[in-house]
Amino acid sequence: MHNPRSAIRKIKTKLRLYWPLTKSLQTGLLLSTGLAGYMSARCPVFSISTLLGLGGSLFLAISGSTVLNMWYDRDIDAKMCRTETRPLPASKVSASEVLRLGLSLSILGVGWAVAISPLYGLIVFAGLFFDVVVYTLWLKRRTAWSIVWGGISGGMPILAGRVLGLGHIDWIGLALTMAILFWIPTHILTFSMRFHDDYERAGVPTFPSTYGFAVTRATIAISSIIAAGTMGVAAYGIGLTWGYLRLMIVLSGGLFLLAISSMVRPSERVNFGLFKYASLYMLSAMILLTV
Amino acid sequence: MKKMTVLDRVLLLITGLLAAYQIVVGVNGLGTLTTWAYTVAFGVLLVAGLLLIILGFEPLENPIVVIVSTIIPLSLSLGLVSQHLPQWGTAYLIFVIVGFLLVVYSRYKMEGTMAVFPLAIVHGIAGMTIFLLPIILSMKGVAPGGFAWVGIGGALIGVGGLLLAFLKAGKPILPQKTILTVLPALLLLMTAAFVAGFAAG
Repeated sequence: MHNPRSAIRKIKTKLRLYWPLTKSLQTGLLLSTGLAGYMSARCPVFSISTLLGLGGSLFLAISGSTVLNMWYDRDIDAKMCRTETRPLPASKVSASEVLRLGLSLSILGVGWAVAISPLYGLIVFAGLFFDVVVYTLWLKRRTAWSIVWGGISGGMPILAGRVLGLGHIDWIGLALTMAILFWIPTHILTFSMRFHDDYERAGVPTFPSTYGFAVTRATIAISSIIAAGTMGVAAYGIGLTWGYLRLMIVLSGGLFLLAISSMVRPSERVNFGLFKYASLYMLSAMILLTV
Repeated sequence: MKKMTVLDRVLLLITGLLAAYQIVVGVNGLGTLTTWAYTVAFGVLLVAGLLLIILGFEPLENPIVVIVSTIIPLSLSLGLVSQHLPQWGTAYLIFVIVGFLLVVYSRYKMEGTMAVFPLAIVHGIAGMTIFLLPIILSMKGVAPGGFAWVGIGGALIGVGGLLLAFLKAGKPILPQKTILTVLPALLLLMTAAFVAGFAAG
């Protein structure tokens, strides 16, 4: 007979191993964009069950694609100092187990999303497809431009949330997707500059290794300006009050100045600040869209 | 350089949230210049607070800090003057622009006492405006009594601004460690006083 305590302990141990595979911070940030997209169309929220369905299905689908990404990139992760302690390269969990977990989460997430609304489900599936198939399996090891597809994939949760709230795709949803798409380089390129040696060791083509640091910084600055501008246009379209728009302009100004500063006086510190600020900016923008 | 503690970060976060709140609520019925002057002041406070939380106290070693710490009192005092003394608005705007350019020039082209002089003048006038104007308006009954809190905030910003500016200019009034220890609390008290004053006024 099974001891319930040992079963609980076993489940806890598994959860502790699985949790890092979902990249909880990144998943949480993407989940927040999905919720913001929904609330930008439906605020105050009338249906708690739909909101829970949105949160649950998105969490499962995003986690699923992240776990599949971890499974496929386990050889790269083993070569990079930053990622070598992850559960898979550290052999804390088997590759087949992670593959099963990733597929289960993905199927559950997309299935749940389709059950809520076919169009919403299609967009959630598109996000997963672009991330796992186009970005991870096809392009990541071939070209530095793979991040564009990673960006498109990252923009799907906010579009999905907006579509679930409205019932159709509108220009505001597309603008929000564009804002995320152009925000992703700010986030990822600063990261790839910071861990440049790691990526070189793993043989992953990045903007810094392909075009150099100066071009990468210029790309970050330009994409930050476009991201902030597009977010502002979307916020105006949503009907954000003037006070909140002012706050968004201030936060966008901070992002812009940091990006320019990283170009003019490049340093590891400014690069790190830009990376962190970009995350904070996106989270703040999502909160502003929901109020 | 002093390491930033959790308490420092919490105080800066509350400062940032208060500044964000003030940007959102604004002050009713104001012209474009006044609204943007207040927005710039609280915006700089917000972004500076966030950057300090992210990067610690290290960015304070950057020479640009002197310039940034001048923007807050200049834009806040400009907002107050254009709101309550509109007849002086244009003249004060010219002072703000010239003063700001002078501070920027002094950072890169002047040395020693000469570099500190424009700082003292610009900070002094802006700080006294923020300190005295709300208190005088409250005492005269032109503004509610609570508006005097803006003046208290003005006194605090004057202290903080001067401490930072003179530290950066190489003539510290207090040891660097002491300044960095009190800075987060000073920024929070100052912002809270401004928010309370504007809410009352």
